[in-house]
Amino acid sequence: MTALVATADDDASVGPEHDSALAIRTSGLTRRFGSHVAVNDVNLVVPRGAVFGFLGPNGSGKTTTIRLLLGLMAPHAGSVEILGGQMPARASDVLTRVGTLVEGPAFHPYLTGIENLRRLDDFDASTDPRTSKQRVAAALDRVGLTAAAKKNYRRYSLGMKQRLGIAAALLRPRDLLILDEPTNGLDPQGTREVRNLVRELAADGATVLVSSHLLAEIEQVATHVGIMSAGHLLRQGSLAEVLQVAQAQIRIETTELDDAIRVLDSLGLLVAERAPGYLLAAMNDIPAERINADLVTAGVPVRGLRVERPALEDFFVQLTGEGFDVVR
Amino acid sequence: MSSVDSAIAPAIGAPLTFRRRGALAYQVRNELALVFRRRRNVAMLIVLAAVPLLIGTAVKLSSPHGDGGGPAFISQLTDNGLFLAFAALTVALPVFLPLAIAVVCGDAIAGEANTGTLRYLLTVPVSRTRVLLVKSIGALSYLAAAIVIVAVVGIVAGLTLFGSHGVTLLSGDTVSFANGLERALGVAVFVFVDLLGLAALAIFLSTLTEVPIGAMAGTVAFVIAFAVLDSVPQLGSIRGILLTHHWLGFGDLLRSQYSLASLAHQLVVPLAYTAIFFSAAWARITTSDITS
Repeated sequence: MTALVATADDDASVGPEHDSALAIRTSGLTRRFGSHVAVNDVNLVVPRGAVFGFLGPNGSGKTTTIRLLLGLMAPHAGSVEILGGQMPARASDVLTRVGTLVEGPAFHPYLTGIENLRRLDDFDASTDPRTSKQRVAAALDRVGLTAAAKKNYRRYSLGMKQRLGIAAALLRPRDLLILDEPTNGLDPQGTREVRNLVRELAADGATVLVSSHLLAEIEQVATHVGIMSAGHLLRQGSLAEVLQVAQAQIRIETTELDDAIRVLDSLGLLVAERAPGYLLAAMNDIPAERINADLVTAGVPVRGLRVERPALEDFFVQLTGEGFDVVR
Repeated sequence: MSSVDSAIAPAIGAPLTFRRRGALAYQVRNELALVFRRRRNVAMLIVLAAVPLLIGTAVKLSSPHGDGGGPAFISQLTDNGLFLAFAALTVALPVFLPLAIAVVCGDAIAGEANTGTLRYLLTVPVSRTRVLLVKSIGALSYLAAAIVIVAVVGIVAGLTLFGSHGVTLLSGDTVSFANGLERALGVAVFVFVDLLGLAALAIFLSTLTEVPIGAMAGTVAFVIAFAVLDSVPQLGSIRGILLTHHWLGFGDLLRSQYSLASLAHQLVVPLAYTAIFFSAAWARITTSDITS
């Protein structure tokens, strides 16, 4: 494992205060594939106890980042610290406290659900073999798979496979759960259950990093978000903070559009959308009261004035660009 | 942190400081169950067990019409049941056993990578060296089992079909049955070490790819290439470094006088392959990116 130790300088500022406050911290994390930079200078900060929504379009580098976090891949630059321990140097201590679901569940097709979980637990040198059977049963029960526990994995539906993957992450108490697309393939009830599970785990004090492209999903459970695009971490912070930064727009309903535009021009504001009966313009931190006062002073008949903050989804699209093209 | 530990997930939480004693034993036990319960692997063992049965039956049916022709071991069969084991190993060695090795050892790491289970073993966490160790123990146990099955079925079937009239060696001397069994054990060990080199090669190939079939085919290709090169006399003494060159060297064990030194000398090449390819496999698995 020593060959995998990151080459970047160890961050000297890492002290015990970070140790207790942060579940995940990367600095300057970079990983290339040929000339393509999949993860570019990412400084991820996930506070303890957070439910961190890790967002980004397909191919934006989320999964590569997760692989780097877990030591499955070596970074070309930068370092990773999980629960206060450097990765991958301290993987054997750190990872016992981390439950993972990386890029979908993966199990032996010819073993049953129970046998697959027993295999993982048999390989875990830090769990008590005497409690293995109960812990496996409890984990299966927690994800609602008890009825299918003795079925071969290959006969599982996509949703059942996903549940088994989550059960594997819950085989023992965890301080951190890294769940990559945990609701993939689940039906609406399953999605709801996973959402509740994430809430429960967080309520118990665990930190949860959930990557997803289902933004509405994330918005419901996340306390913090990070948004990746083309290998860069564009924004991160608490949900409120991140959305605050989201460009608010003002919607002005009036019949005299040209007059209103002149006023907005004088304030240095750009019109984003012009339609019969209303205008939409970026606010650039100018208070709505001020805009309103200027409009009235200029004699523009204002029928309605509304500040619109984009939902996470709109903000996400604003940041990462619209369209189906995979950003490279 | 302590409040967190006990609260999350299953109520029956093990303390985080627990260190399982004899962790390797649990890991190996699980791996052996995986290898020996897999239907494909069981089927191959059955095919291997059939080799001595087929040879024995064929010789028994044809024996009244003369025992001439065929390899030296086979013509000895009618006199002595123990030789069925040697004959079966001789027949299984060039093709059947390498094929079994290619499948099981080639699948060792590549199979886990292919199903994606490798990344979950590593995040359990199990160190990469440990994964290689446990998977290798599983695959080599299978190799040992394959050889033992051919030998044991050969001995039992041979004694049943042809009886034991004292063991007449290739050199013409007759030794006691017990001495014959010792020699059979010696042959089994010799064959195991012979094939260890190939198993190491297959496991190394298995660390290179996420496609088990690739590692399996690569192993078989090496065996064929070795055999082809070995049949080119112009290559002279270079053939001595070919893995397959010494495979049938255990014939010496079936003569009254044999030199342990010369037998050991024959095992140098397979042991060298074993050392080289296990090192290469370790170097590969401890540094590679797990992208499956």
